[in-house]
Amino acid sequence: MTAALPDEHFFRRESGRLVSTLTRMLGVHHLALAEDAVQETLAAAVEVWAFRGLPENPSAWLMTAARNRAVSLLRRERTARRFAPEIGRQTDGVDAGPESEVAHLPPVLRDDELRMMFSCCHPEIPEDAQVALVLSLLGGFSAHEVAEAFLVSRAAMEKRISRAKKVLSGTRGLFELGARDFEARLTAVQRALYLLFNEGYHGASPEAAVRLDLCREAIRLVALLVDHPPAATPATHALAALMALDAARLPARVDDAGDLTELARQDRSRWDTRLIARGLEWLEDSARGEVVSEYHLEAAIAATHALAPTAEETPWSDIVELYDALLRLRPSPVIALNRAVALAEQLGPERGLAALRSIPGAERLAAYPFYPAALGELELRCGRVAEARKHLRAAHRLARNPAERTFLERRLVECDRRLAPAVPGPSPSPASPPRPR
Amino acid sequence: MSEFLYLYRLPADSPDLPGSPRNMQQRLQKWTEWFRELEARGTLKVLGHPLQTGGAVVADGGRTVLDGPYAESKDIVLGYSVVQAKDLAEARAIAGGCPVLTYGGMVEVRPIMQM
Repeated sequence: MTAALPDEHFFRRESGRLVSTLTRMLGVHHLALAEDAVQETLAAAVEVWAFRGLPENPSAWLMTAARNRAVSLLRRERTARRFAPEIGRQTDGVDAGPESEVAHLPPVLRDDELRMMFSCCHPEIPEDAQVALVLSLLGGFSAHEVAEAFLVSRAAMEKRISRAKKVLSGTRGLFELGARDFEARLTAVQRALYLLFNEGYHGASPEAAVRLDLCREAIRLVALLVDHPPAATPATHALAALMALDAARLPARVDDAGDLTELARQDRSRWDTRLIARGLEWLEDSARGEVVSEYHLEAAIAATHALAPTAEETPWSDIVELYDALLRLRPSPVIALNRAVALAEQLGPERGLAALRSIPGAERLAAYPFYPAALGELELRCGRVAEARKHLRAAHRLARNPAERTFLERRLVECDRRLAPAVPGPSPSPASPPRPR
Repeated sequence: MSEFLYLYRLPADSPDLPGSPRNMQQRLQKWTEWFRELEARGTLKVLGHPLQTGGAVVADGGRTVLDGPYAESKDIVLGYSVVQAKDLAEARAIAGGCPVLTYGGMVEVRPIMQM
């Protein structure tokens, strides 16, 4: 009776498009109304499509229905306003006849989404709220789903998002892609997408599926930037490349039981070769400029891993060098941690341990499970099992989700096995390096 | 074989709304599967229609006209279908698989009088 929807993310994606387009048509001060119209349209689509099957062009159906819904909501609002003249006077000046606008403007969907993306990254909106807003408005995630992904309470996330929306709807309009501060805003957009991807890749949410959705959404949005020439700077290409190259490892990173598998032990045949090819293309495109951004360096690290046929054949000295360059650009204890792990691969666990212990600002890693985990792994490699166990236990206490916990439990079992007399085993590799933030 | 009218109802103050787009898509998926299954089993007599909210209730010999689709009940009829079943017990059992039940709704099962 009914053809299937293109994919399981269709409604979320459409929601982002519809909200962006309606907001452009009606003006940002009508953001809430646009969201209501989209919400109601999707709810109506569920009922109508369930009974009648999918229309020939579901996207076009939704767009028409959402416009009509928005117009009728506007009418209702205006009627209400007639009975509240004071409010009317306050808002009339900024209201530029949206109904005629709705009727005549062709839907330039892609630009609308881009403009919304840039609008979400307004300098007055804090970075974490920008990411939440992008997910809410463009990704079609509910506040509840965003809260789940970021391990924040629903109430706190609702507040964060509604504050950000207030800033956005107080601006003069959706961001103009030709505006003078385009470049500065582009930097903020890249950063927000980077954070979004990282939250998916390394975040704390116990739901692997939720996190995968974040990665996918970040890649979808960065691809929009790549397709829009002024936004497709070398840094944008590098960002896209690093996302694709890292995401390519996702199928091997979590095994069938949902457990984490560190880089060295991943089954490389499960890496997504199509994504790797795409990432390498993007990386090539990123090399056209003069500037080497942190995204370039991270993408280069990801590419080095992607191109190594086996873990043993990884050119670790290259990776250490790339981390050194990254540290010069963006000093951060997490990057230093990654560098130390790579150094251990290159020059041995003792050197790695020394590097770990001399990380400047290591106290900032106090709540980060991968720091004690790395100490534990390297101690284990040096044969100091008791020390290793102490660190791995500390890491286990800091684990943020069941996958991390299970992973560390397995390493603790390995310690016990080593302590049991007369059962020598192969030396394990260290934990897969977490990505720097 | 008898025929039964299914009325899909949802409480007007359903706490369920608004759902996230993901939830809505999952809901659509469930409804589609439900109808497909009824069709495959040959039990779906009339697919029926979804109903818009709004409308009117005309009562009291035409002297009273109420806005809204509900007279006294606190729930809205989302739509209807006609299903064929051996008896009320079977019709009830079939209705037990309706997706509306998963989000706070109900199915009213009414035997259709055969003339």
